Amino acid sequence: MTSTTHPAPRRRLRNRATPLLFLSPVIVLFLAFKAYPVGYALYLSLTTREHGDEVFVGLRNFQRVFTDPLFWTAFRNTAVILVVQVPVMLGLAILLAVAFNSKMLRGRSMFRVAYFVPIVMGLIAYGILFSALLNRDNGILNFLLTSVGLPRISWLGDPFWARMSIVLSLTWHYLGYNAVIYLAQLQSISQELYEAAAVDGASRRQQFRHVTLPGLRPAIVLTVALSTIGTLQLFEEPYVLTNGGPDNATLTIGMYLYQNAFQYFDFGYASAIGYVLTAIVVVLTLGQLLVTRRRSQ
Amino acid sequence: MSTVRKPAGSGAVLTVGIALGAVVMVAPFVWLVIATTHTTADIFATPPNLLPGSAFWDNLRGLFVEQGFGAAIRNSVVVSTTSTVLGVLICSMAGYAFAKFSFRGRTVIFGAILASMTLPSQVTLVPLFQTMVTLGWLNTYPALILPNLAVPFGIFLMRQSMLSVPDELIQAARIDGAGELRVFFRIVLPVMKPALSALAIFLFLGQWNDFVYPLTVLRTKDAYTIPVALASLQGISSTDYGQLLTGTFLSVVPVLALFLFLQRQFVAGLLAGSVKQ
Repeated sequence: MTSTTHPAPRRRLRNRATPLLFLSPVIVLFLAFKAYPVGYALYLSLTTREHGDEVFVGLRNFQRVFTDPLFWTAFRNTAVILVVQVPVMLGLAILLAVAFNSKMLRGRSMFRVAYFVPIVMGLIAYGILFSALLNRDNGILNFLLTSVGLPRISWLGDPFWARMSIVLSLTWHYLGYNAVIYLAQLQSISQELYEAAAVDGASRRQQFRHVTLPGLRPAIVLTVALSTIGTLQLFEEPYVLTNGGPDNATLTIGMYLYQNAFQYFDFGYASAIGYVLTAIVVVLTLGQLLVTRRRSQ
Repeated sequence: MSTVRKPAGSGAVLTVGIALGAVVMVAPFVWLVIATTHTTADIFATPPNLLPGSAFWDNLRGLFVEQGFGAAIRNSVVVSTTSTVLGVLICSMAGYAFAKFSFRGRTVIFGAILASMTLPSQVTLVPLFQTMVTLGWLNTYPALILPNLAVPFGIFLMRQSMLSVPDELIQAARIDGAGELRVFFRIVLPVMKPALSALAIFLFLGQWNDFVYPLTVLRTKDAYTIPVALASLQGISSTDYGQLLTGTFLSVVPVLALFLFLQRQFVAGLLAGSVKQ
């Protein structure tokens, strides 16, 4: 910047203004629709509405979150769906990716489209589709079950099966997407590693354990994080499939927040729930990061 | 060149297994298409109707005439295309500034944008709703479009891609006397086409399928976007599944077409969301 031969003052001013010019729309929009709402939500979380006025109540909303049985129900529901769904789906996705990567598979590109296509559907669209497929009395899934002699399942009416319905729907929707992430990672594993392992007499299974899985690590870390964050914010699927029922068995944190905000108009409490949700997301993300970092050292 | 034995039939077993799974993945779609041609009673008939019926035009007419679904389609098309075009422009401009200029506060601003990616969108639901009430923007396009333009992930993606544009290219254009805007639009953007199309698909899908936020700021039926309209159709006491599933099918068609015709860009756009590391 001290150069004397270099830009004339006007030019220098222009140089300094240029990046701000390019950045200004983002800065304005970010301040207005991200930074301000985030700050305002924090303020709201410390208030409650009495006779139409916002009254400062300190941390009382947060105390209420931690002692609210419905919040914990929502938290537990989310945790159950998370713990069942994510490992099953990611396990299947790894197997699928290995199959796609195999030279023995015929018609690969056609199959890849078939497995990837569910992600094309929006959350509401596939939720509605599954609500029809899972219909208790006349849904096609129960027809298939009864036609092979199995009992009909009250998919959306029984607390346990309602959760499983969400697990099933989520897995259908996101399986191919995760498999494609794994496939990309698999293709970056050097073929020489497999050859070296084969020379050392490693079986297929041993190759999978000692070459494939370690090679997939970055993708596994990523997909676990993405699925965890996504599941914690689950909203659309329970909204259209079960509306949180039966008996709050599929109420999620996101739905509970929405109910408090837009059915009971308790903006302060809803904002507190939002911040607790944020804290859970941040803690889990950081925790996963720490665990994976320690393991790789 | 693998030295591991390959049992003769295992290729066939693998292919058959994958094919069966593929049938399971595609079956709901096929069922959906068939369901659009039936009345509610026929959709849930036992045994199920697996052949197309003749109720498609009735479903379509009911959907558009009785339910006013045309407005939802128009709203979704306008909102999604507008925010895609503006979002690509705005995110790529910001990415360019972050990648190719050094200025005061660059790290702080970029860091703040990155950090905001970890925030669940539900946190800003209430404040955004109140802002739109204050501005008198409930049921309007700006309420749907403006908060979805400066997408943190899009900015991040653009910055990463812009880093690979050679500085020499930009310098050469400046020496030739091109103004900064001209450099950006004529030199930088054209070489960014693959990244821009991935971003466009990413933004379009995000807006086309967005539900929770539109649900809060759209209070009247004629302002609904497709997902909100579909959910409201399902909400009514005696849901007409013929109409509802026809609407669901219509909502998927454009995205499906985008996927089938632009497969590579589409996958890139979706996976773009997975390169957060």
